[in-house]
Amino acid sequence: MLGWIGLSIGLLIGSALGAAVAFRADRSSLAIGTAGSILACVTGAAASIAALVSSLEESFLADWPLPIGEIHVGLDSLSAFFLACIFVISGLVTVYGAGYLRPYIGKRRLAPALTFFNLLVAAMVALVIARDGIFFLVAWEVMSFASFFLVTFENDREDVRRAGMTYLIASQLGVAFLFAMFALLGHSAGSFNFDSFAGNVPAGGSLAGICFLLAVVGFGTKAGFVPLHIWLPDAHPAAPSHVSALMSGVMIKMGIYGLLRTLLFLGSPPAWWGALLVGIGIVTGISGVLHALTQRDIKRLLAYSSVENIGIIALGLGVGIIGQSHGNGAVAFLGYAGALLHVFNHGLFKSLLFEGAGSVLHATGTRNIESLGGLYRHMPVTGLTFLAGSLAICGLPLFNGFASEWLVYLGAFQAGSGLPAAWGVTAIAAIPALALIGALAVACFVRAFGVVFLGESRTEAVTGAHEAGIAMRLPMIVTAVLCAVVGIWPAGALRLIAPAVQMFTHAAATTETLESLTAITRIASVLAGLVIVLVLARKVLLRGREVSQAPTWGCGYALPTPRMQYSAASFVEPLLRPFMALIPIRVRRDGPNGFFPVKATYEERLGDAAGERVLAPASRAFIQALSRVRIIQQGRIQLYLVYIAATLVILLVWQLAGVTGR
Amino acid sequence: MKDYADLLLLLVAVSNLYIVATSRLNSCVRASAIQGAALALLPLVLWTSGFNVQLFHLAVICAGTLAIKAIVIPILVSRAIREANVRREVDPSVSLHSSVLLAGLLMGISFWMSTVLVLPRPAPTMLLVPVAFATLLTGFLVLISRRQAITHVIGYLLIENGVFIFGQTLAREVPFAVELGILLDLLVGIFVMGIAINHISREFDHIDTELLSTLKD
Repeated sequence: MLGWIGLSIGLLIGSALGAAVAFRADRSSLAIGTAGSILACVTGAAASIAALVSSLEESFLADWPLPIGEIHVGLDSLSAFFLACIFVISGLVTVYGAGYLRPYIGKRRLAPALTFFNLLVAAMVALVIARDGIFFLVAWEVMSFASFFLVTFENDREDVRRAGMTYLIASQLGVAFLFAMFALLGHSAGSFNFDSFAGNVPAGGSLAGICFLLAVVGFGTKAGFVPLHIWLPDAHPAAPSHVSALMSGVMIKMGIYGLLRTLLFLGSPPAWWGALLVGIGIVTGISGVLHALTQRDIKRLLAYSSVENIGIIALGLGVGIIGQSHGNGAVAFLGYAGALLHVFNHGLFKSLLFEGAGSVLHATGTRNIESLGGLYRHMPVTGLTFLAGSLAICGLPLFNGFASEWLVYLGAFQAGSGLPAAWGVTAIAAIPALALIGALAVACFVRAFGVVFLGESRTEAVTGAHEAGIAMRLPMIVTAVLCAVVGIWPAGALRLIAPAVQMFTHAAATTETLESLTAITRIASVLAGLVIVLVLARKVLLRGREVSQAPTWGCGYALPTPRMQYSAASFVEPLLRPFMALIPIRVRRDGPNGFFPVKATYEERLGDAAGERVLAPASRAFIQALSRVRIIQQGRIQLYLVYIAATLVILLVWQLAGVTGR
Repeated sequence: MKDYADLLLLLVAVSNLYIVATSRLNSCVRASAIQGAALALLPLVLWTSGFNVQLFHLAVICAGTLAIKAIVIPILVSRAIREANVRREVDPSVSLHSSVLLAGLLMGISFWMSTVLVLPRPAPTMLLVPVAFATLLTGFLVLISRRQAITHVIGYLLIENGVFIFGQTLAREVPFAVELGILLDLLVGIFVMGIAINHISREFDHIDTELLSTLKD
C-alpha cells in the first residue's frame, strides 16, 4: 500500500511541477494541476481506506543526502486514518477549486495556486507517513510554506499580505517548539527514528512531560488551540475559498495528528496531560464559538468555528488520555474515538461550509453577511448543502457531528462513574462545556444561515446572484451526502477508525456503545423518513392549488423593507450579553449633539479576547525585554571590535587560568 | 644568535608602542614598515640559531615578507594618506596617553599568558610568544580606539604580524602554501582597503569611521 501512497505523492509533485512549468497558460496549468490532484487523491484514498480496513502495517527506508535523519516512512492505522481524511477531502476540494478558480483565468496567474495546492497535499501525505523526526519536520515546513503561498494568492491586497505574514510568523514560532521537542527526543534516543523514540523516553518522567508540553504548543499552533489560534481568523478570509476549505478541513488536523503521534512515543500518559487537554478544549471551544458569534465576515466566522471544533477534539483527546492513564479502556476508547471521528467529520462539514461560503462570495462578491440575505432563492443547492453543513457542525442528529460529539459525551459520563473522583470530575467538566459549545454553535449557525440565505436581500449585492457552476456544486453535494451517511450510520464509521483508536488503548467498543450507535441509526432513519414523508406530503397537498408568494417578513405591512429584518448583530446581541466581559469591545460614538442634531454615528467592534488580552501584551512585553539587548547593537564598528577582542581575551584568560589552576 | 632574535622581537614591541603613541599617520606607517622588516629577518635569525626549517621555504618567506610588509604595503598606505590628505589621527576615542598605558597592560597580560600557555614544543626564545600576543592585542587596540580608516589598516596589519610571529613557533607544521596564501591575502586586502579609502574620501571628504556609522540602518 505504501507504494500506492508513494505513487500519489509522485503524481501530486509531478502535477505541481507541470502546473508551474505551464505558468503562462492558465488553462493548461489549471487542467494539469486539477487532473494530477484528482488522480492522486483517488489512488491514495483507495489505498489508505484499504489499509485502514485491513489494519495494515508497513515500513520503508530509503537513503537521504542529509547527514542527519533518513527517509523512513511507514503505514499504520493512525496514518491510514489521516491519509483517508486527507485524500477524500482534498479530492473533493480539488474539484471545487477547479470551478472556483475558473473566473480568475486571464485576470491572475493561476499556476501558484495549483502548484502550491498540490504541494500542500503532498506535504501532508508525506508528513503523515513520516517515521523520522527530520523528515517529519521537512514535510511540516513544506506544508507551512505551501499553505503560506496559497493564503497570499491575492497578494496585491494589503489585508491578504498582512494575514499571510501573521500566518507565517505563527507557524514558524510553532515549529520552533517542535524543533526543540525533536531535539530533546533525538538526544535521549540517539537517533531521529520514530521507532527509537518509542522505547527511550521514560513514561511519565519529566522529559516526557516537557516533550508533551512542547508538542501541545507546537502542534497546537497549527491546530489552533486558544490563544495560539490567532492566525486562523486572519488567514482563512484571506485565502481563496477552496484553500480555506483544505486548510481548515485538513491542514489544521495535522496538528492533531502530530499530537497523537507524539503521544505514541511518550509511553503511557499521566492523567494531568488529559486534564490539561480538557482545559485547553474547554477554553478553545467556548472562546472559539463566542468569537464566531460576533463575526460579520462569513469566512472569519467559519475560521472561529474551526477553533471551536478543535476544542471539541481536544476535549475528546483529554477524556481519552484520562481514561488511558487509569487503565479504563472504555473511557479511553470513547475519548480517542470521539476525537478521531470528529477530525474526520469536521474535515467534511467544514470544507463543505467553506465551499458554500466560497460560492456565496463568488455569486455576490462580498463576505459580509450583513449585506446578504435571501440567497436561498437564487442558490438553492448551495443553500441546502450549507444547511446540511450547519446542522452537522451544530452536532444535530441526522448528520455526522452528532455522532462524534455523542462519543465524547459518553466517554465523559463513563469517566464520571468509573474513575477516581478528582479525575472523574475533570472529565465531567467536558460535559457542560460541550453542551454550552453546542448551544452557542446552534445560535451561531442559525444566525449565519438565516442572515445569508433567508429573509430579504439587504443590499444590491444579492440581486445578481446566481447558482455556482457544476464543478462547485458537485463536491458540495457529495460532501453533504457523506455527512449524512456518517450521521445515519456512525457504527460503520466507528468500525473504520477502531484500529487507529486501538493504537492507544487495547479496548474495543463496548456493546453499550455499539447499541447506542445502532439506536442513533434507528432514530436518524426514522427522522430522515419523517422529513421525506413531510416533504412529499407537502407536495401532494399543494398539488392543484394556487400557491401565492409574498415577500419575506411581509406580515401585512404596507411598505416592508429589508431593513426591518433582524441584522446579524441584533440577532445575537441578547445572547452575547452574558459573555460581554469575555469579549473586548471598542465603541465609537459620535452624537447626537446639541438641540438640533444633524447626524450621529455609532460603531462597535468586537475583538479577539485571547489576541488582545493575552498575546498582544505578552508580545509587547517580550519585545520590550528584548529591546534592552539592542543597546549592544550601536552600528559602530569599533564597538563590535571591542566585543570580539574582549571575548577573545576573556576566553584566553579563562582557559589559561584553568590550566594553571590544575 | 638568540640574542639577535630577542633584539628583533624587542624592536617589534617598541614599534607597537610607537604606533599606539603617535598621532602622525606617516610615523605610523614608517613604524609598521620597520616592524615588517624586523619580521622578515626573524625567521632567518631563528634559522641561524638552529631552529630547524627548510631553506627554500625560509628564503621565500623572508623575501616575500620583506617585499610586501616592509615595502609594498607602506607605499600603498602612504599613497592613500597622500590622496586622502589626512595627516593626523585627531581626537581618538581613547586618548593617546591612555592607549600607551593600555598597550603596556596588554603587554603584561601577554607575558602572563605566555607563562601558562602550553605549546606543542618549546618556543625558540622567551620573548617570541608574549610579543606575538602583544602585537595581536595592540592591533585590536588600534582598531578599537582610532577613527581614521588608515589607522585601521595599520591595525589589521598589526594583527597579522602577531599571527606571523606566533606562527614561527610552528614553522614546520604550517604548510608553505598557507603562509604564502596569508601573505597574498594581506596584500590584496590592503590594496582593496587603499582603493576603498580613496573612494570614501572622495565621496565624503573624510575617512572618519565614527561618522561612517551614520550609514547604519
